[in-house]
Parts: sequence; structure tokens; C-alpha cells
Amino acid sequence: MALLEMKNIVKEFPGVRALDGVTFDLQTGEFHALVGENGAGKSTLMKVLSGVYPFGAYSGEIFVDGQARRFSNIRDAEKAGIAIIFQELSLVKELTVGENIFLGREPSRFGVIDSSVLYREAAKLLRDLNLPINPHTRVGNLGIGQQQLVEIAKALSQNAKILVLDEPTAALTESEVETLFGILEKLKERGVGMIYISHKLGEVFEMSDRITVLRDGKTIGTNATEDLSIAKVIALMVGREVGDIFPQTSHQFGETALEVKNLTVFDTDIPGKKLVDNISFSVKKGEVLGISGLMGAGRSELLMAIFGAWNGRVSGEVFVEGRKTHIETPKDAIDNGIGFVTEDRKRFGLLLEQTILDNLTLAGLKMISGSFLTNRSREIVSAKQAMNSLKVKANSPLTVAGTLSGGNQQKVVLGKWLLTNPKVLFLDEPTRGIDVGAKQEIYSEINKLAKEGLAIVMVSSELPEVMGLSDRILVLHEGKLTGEFSETEATAEKVMAAATGQI
Amino acid sequence: MSENKDFVLGEEKKNTFNLQTSTLRAYTMIGALALIWIYFHWATGSIFLTPRNLSNLMLQTSVTGILAVGMLMIIVAGQIDLSVGSVLGLAGGIAAICFTNLDYGLAPSILAAIAVGVVIGIIQGSLTAYLNIPAFIVTLGGLLAWRGAVKGITRSETIPIADPTFKSFGQSYIPPNIGWILAALAILFVVFMAFKSIKAQKKFGSGGTNPTNELLKTLLPIGAIVGFIYVMNAYAGVPIPVLILLAVALLGYFITNHTTFGRYLYAIGGNADAARLSGINNKLNILKVFALLGALTGIASIIFTARVGSAAPDAGTLKELDAIAACVIGGASLMGGRGTIFGACLGALIMASLDNGMSLLNVRDFMQEIIKGSILVAAVGLDMAGKKQN
Repeated sequence: MALLEMKNIVKEFPGVRALDGVTFDLQTGEFHALVGENGAGKSTLMKVLSGVYPFGAYSGEIFVDGQARRFSNIRDAEKAGIAIIFQELSLVKELTVGENIFLGREPSRFGVIDSSVLYREAAKLLRDLNLPINPHTRVGNLGIGQQQLVEIAKALSQNAKILVLDEPTAALTESEVETLFGILEKLKERGVGMIYISHKLGEVFEMSDRITVLRDGKTIGTNATEDLSIAKVIALMVGREVGDIFPQTSHQFGETALEVKNLTVFDTDIPGKKLVDNISFSVKKGEVLGISGLMGAGRSELLMAIFGAWNGRVSGEVFVEGRKTHIETPKDAIDNGIGFVTEDRKRFGLLLEQTILDNLTLAGLKMISGSFLTNRSREIVSAKQAMNSLKVKANSPLTVAGTLSGGNQQKVVLGKWLLTNPKVLFLDEPTRGIDVGAKQEIYSEINKLAKEGLAIVMVSSELPEVMGLSDRILVLHEGKLTGEFSETEATAEKVMAAATGQI
Repeated sequence: MSENKDFVLGEEKKNTFNLQTSTLRAYTMIGALALIWIYFHWATGSIFLTPRNLSNLMLQTSVTGILAVGMLMIIVAGQIDLSVGSVLGLAGGIAAICFTNLDYGLAPSILAAIAVGVVIGIIQGSLTAYLNIPAFIVTLGGLLAWRGAVKGITRSETIPIADPTFKSFGQSYIPPNIGWILAALAILFVVFMAFKSIKAQKKFGSGGTNPTNELLKTLLPIGAIVGFIYVMNAYAGVPIPVLILLAVALLGYFITNHTTFGRYLYAIGGNADAARLSGINNKLNILKVFALLGALTGIASIIFTARVGSAAPDAGTLKELDAIAACVIGGASLMGGRGTIFGACLGALIMASLDNGMSLLNVRDFMQEIIKGSILVAAVGLDMAGKKQN
């Protein structure tokens, strides 16, 4: 008997059939990957499963351990042993690890929380999972990866039989991913069934027993992982065969566009702590420079510091086209011809409640409009050009940015920077959390921009992406430059060795 | 979707009425105002909608309206200013001292009031933007401190204004003929803007815009202008404070819709990090918007002092809450990034209508406050409920 069966699930939103008769099942102790492009219906399906959409808001049947279930809220689903770990962490940062784990279910006597029981239980739970985390630590002081692990501990403390993981590794370092996978293996042995949503097909193939592909709200197929290949899964996801998703080209380099000498970036909180330690590099026009490294290696901090956006102390020199610059603020950087597609588009990139137009013209507004008055007509022309050339899928420049899919949002952020006419473009995790089709479009855009002579510096945690796009790769480890490889020299092993400081 | 598809402007977030949500919000508010007016007209036995009372109503709206325009820009930028009532009192007090006690003359006294507002705006803006003290705290401190300052400089006594010219800023009317001339100019402007908009749409390809809607967009303002001047002239002409409010509102509209500064305010309120990383000087723009509110508070203080005919130590008490309430009723989000000048002015008019109507009905003071408070909360509640549905 299956641990979970979902039959013929239909969920409609006004004007859209998000789920169109989806069928899905999960066995005890199974690791079942759920893949599909953004908007294919994965998250919606999981929201149906977890009671976010109560019965009645969808149609179809759900069986847990053979019993028909109709959840009317999240609590119901939790009681049935279903736990979800969402992309956005749902921990309270100001509370401790222990308090978070037992949030809403605090062991108490006469309404007073029994802290000693709470922390003892929490410590036991963390020990069972081999997590070296102190339950008294404030969650906000943990790294994002450890927070994810706390979230899993929390789910397990509720005796979850079915664990749904939605992009759990998006923000994790390689070593944290390994820890996570170790724990998931252990859970499998305990008989926990896992539904794993990820864009990282490498992980999916490493871990899963079966893979279900969703497309346009329909189940395209469920197969044993050993019967599939990455290429086949991608083909099923996009509904067409895709060739190599990285464009094969060699770039023609021009003169040096950006040169950075002896850049050191200091921590904002801990005086004297160097996040980036004495790094020098240069990028030529038409070159794509990849920067690889693990989380916390100082990659984003390096770009932020060059861009004038770092709040702490910075030392070193930056030259754009041979001229020494004095960049104190992002505005100085823009004036010097540097653009910066920042990571985490929702937090740093977009005005989610405002239109595509307002977002696209924001950074280059004074160039497009004039410094005092805005010029709507010219803005519309610029915005339309950007939308056309980047193939932003939206009805109008007046569509609200927050309603777009991740890939289209990312294109809007990219377009915003292209409208500042940069000479050097920084990209920080340019394809995080977007679907394969949109990734491919962004890759070919990056390639096109390099061909047009733009110097590109790209930070990415996805090794295939860095290796597939870059002409040259720098590797950082704990703020220091530990490797530099040309396109031909670079192998995954060499880059990883440098990133983990084994050189 | 084809690459060359002509984008359709103003077609997003449509609802059953085929309107943009912001437009729908505006129509809903106008509808609510109409209902309030009709109710009061009926309840007061046909007194409310007479030229005399409407003229009075407009006068009552002017000070709150001017403050609401400034406050709207502050709120859009994700800030708040709780001190405007006290600043209004202080600026008015200083103007009265300059004028009555020191005999500095009219223009210097007015300028002094505006300068006081601007200086206070710069002080509070700097503390907020550059020292990162939350605006709520800075201006809460200001609420107390500037009120104390008023009491200090006036020695807690009311300073009278005897001069008719000064008083005219709060009490006189522009002659009917000039009213009609202004109306004609305004209509020309509306028609000019409509042509410009049609031309732009032709040039940049809009398609799909509803012609009825376009016609309404032009005819409604023209009708409103004619009706407004007609009613005002039927009593004594457009009151000077109302004319000043209209000018301030137009300025606010222009700033929020047609300047980079205005756009940046929405960006800062919408996502301060994204704005900063897009090269916007958040701190300077926040400083500027506080200074702007200060200047408008100075202007409002002159009208307030002139209307009352004196500067009292408690002048302007609780005015900040009226201004904030007007913005919020008008659809502004206290989280920042959302709100319109039109909404804020309509909000001010709704607040003033409630005051006026309930006074006519002899509703007792305590009841008036309870009702106004409830309506504020209910308005936002309805707004949130409507949003959830969408």
C-alpha cells in the first residue's frame, strides 16, 4: 500500500487551470523527486497536499496510508504526518533553535513554558540527526544552511511520515548539501517518504528513487530514476528536446574593462575580520569571468564592495577602462559604467508591487528621462525594447513585477541594468530558482552581451553554469583567491578542490 | 507570444469592471464620498449640499488637504511624520510673533513660517536618514518637543492677528470672474493633456484602450471643474485657502508622477535595498521629502492662523492624525510604495465631510471622534478584504 496517493487533483485559479488531473504517489521510505519548469504546478500540488488549499478549493482525492483524507488547514495535514519545508524559511529569527522547533507546541505546565524540557528534547532531536547545533542559539545567528537543517528537525519533531522539501539546497554550500543528504538517507531508512522538488537535476539523480515530471499542470510521467537521463528529464520538462543548454562560442576579447587591485573587504560587525582578502583581478571587454566558491567565500561581498554597496570598510583600487575610480556609492559605480544584477531578486532587485516599466527604468532613469523630469514616452520605448530583446513574457510594461514568474523577474532585473548602458556587468547568481527554459534564455543573453563587447563578471554556486559560460574562472575560499583557471584548464574537480581550500 | 506583439498599456490587473485596480479604487472612493454627501444632505434637511455649506466644507478641507499632500509623499517613501500638528502650531506661532509682536511685515512673516517648517523637516529628515533613527521615534519626539516650543515662544498665550491682508489667506474669496478664468485655463490644460496622451498612445501603440473610458477621463475633470467653480461662485467665489490647496495638490501630483524624485520615493518605499542598489541616494531623498512636508506645513500654518485670526499655543493639535488618516483612507500603504495624491486629497475631503456633516447634525464631540475613528479602521479593513479577493 502506498504511503501517499493523490488522484486526479484539479486546482483552478481564475483563468488558469494550475493542476489538471495530477496523479502522484509515494511509497514508504521512498525518495521521490518532483520536477518541472516554474509554473508547472509543483508548488501548487504541494500546497494542496499540505492543506494550504483546503478541500473544496481543489477537487480530487488524497489517500494517506490508504485512508481518504480531506485537509481543511495546515494543522490537519501536519496531524496526518505531512510536513513541508518551503523555499522561504519559516523560522522566527529572534527565537532560539529550541523555541523554533517547538513553536506552537511548547512543553508547558500551567501555561508556563518548561524550558528545561524544551531544550532537552530539542538537543536530543538534534543529536539524533547528527546536527552540531546548540538549541540555545538564536536562529538569526545561524547560516542559511543550518537554518534549513533546523527546519527539517522541526518537521521531524512532529513525527512527519511524509516530508516535502521545496528547493532545499538552493542556498546551501556543497558541504551543507552533503550533511542534508546524509540526514535524508537516514530518514529513508526510518521509512519517511520524501517528495523532493528541485531544479538541480544532478541532485535529483543522485538521490531519488523515482522521478515525476509535471508540465502545465499535468503529470507527464513517473519513472524509476535508473530508467531516465538528465537529457530525457529536461526534454520531458520542456516538452521538447534541448541541445546543450550552454551556448558554444568563443569570445573575442578587447582591452581590459575592469581591473581590481588588492581589494580587501572587512566585516561590518566584527572589526578586523576580512571577508575578502587582498584580491586582484581584471576582466577584458567581451570576456565572461566566472567566480566560483562556496557560500561565505566572499564572492558577493567582493562584487558589493567594487560596486560601492558594501556598508563596511573596503580598501584597494578599482580601474574602469584604465581610469582609476573612486566608487563610494552604487550611483558612482553606475556612472563609471558598472551594472550589478544582484542576487535574491525579490530582496535586492525588484520593486515587486510596481510595474515592469518602473523596475526596468529605475537604475537608468536619469539617462532615459533626464535628471529632473520623467519622460513616460521615452521610458515606454526603452522598456519595450528591453522586454522584446530579453523576451520578457508579459502582456504589457504596466504588468506588476511581482506577478511574473521567477525567470521573467530575473529578465526584468537584467534589463534594468542593460538600460544603464554598462561597460562591465556583474551577475550574482543570475539563474537561481528559475526554470530550465528561462535559464537557457539567460545564458544565451549573457553570451550575446559578451559578444557585443560587454565585460561580464558572474558569481554562481552552480558549477556547471560557471564552467559552461565562463572564459576564465576565479575561485575564492574564505576570502582568498585559491585558483584561476582558463576555460580549457577548468574541471569540476580542480574548481571544487580550490573552492574547498585543498590547494 | 510573438516578439513584436504590441504591448497594451493599462490592461493589467483587470477586474469585472474592466478597470485598473487603482482607477477602481478612485471610483470607489468617489462613490463613497457621494454616499456620505447624499446621506448628510438628507439627514440635515437639505442643508449639506448648499453652496454655502460646500464652500465651508472646502475651507475645512484645505489645511488637512495640504498636510495630506506632504504626508502622502512621506508615507509613499515608507516614512511617517507625527509632528506636523506641532510644527503647524510652531510655524504659525512664529509667523504671528513676527507679524504682530515684531512688525516684520507680511511677506517676511510668511517666509518665516515656511522656513521654520523646512528647517524642522531637515532636522527630522537628517536624524531619520543619516542617523537611522526610525521616523516614528524622531517625529514622536518632535510632536512633544515642537509643541513645547510653541508654548514657550507664545508664553502659552494666544497671539492675535488683526491685519485683514494676513487674514485674507484664510478668509477671503477670489472674485467669480477670476474663478471662471482659472476654470477656463484648467479646462484648456485638461484638453491639452488628453491630446498629448492620445498622441503618445498612437505613437507607441496602445490598442485596446476603451474609448468610452478615455472620453470619461477627459469629461469627468471638465465637468468637475465647471461644477466646482459654479457652486463656489454661487456662494462667494473660490476661497483663497482652497485655491492654495489646489495648487499644492497639483504640485504634489506633478512631483509624484512626473519627476525622478517622485519615482524614487515610490522605489524607496517599495524596496529600499533595491532602490539603493539601483543607484538611488535613499538618504538624501528621504531628507528632501521631510523638508518638502515641512514647507507645506509652513504654508498650511499660515492658512490655519489666518482662518482662526490668531495663533494659539494648541493650534494644530492632532492635525497629523487627520493627515495620516486622509492618506490611508485614500489608499496609501503605511508600508510604503503605494498611494496617490488624488487619493490623499479625496481622503481629506471625506474626513472634512464627516466633520462638517456631523457638526450640522449636532452629533456630540465624543461621538464624532468615535465615528471618525471607526470609519478610518473600516475603510482600511474594506480595502484589505477587497485585496484578498483579488
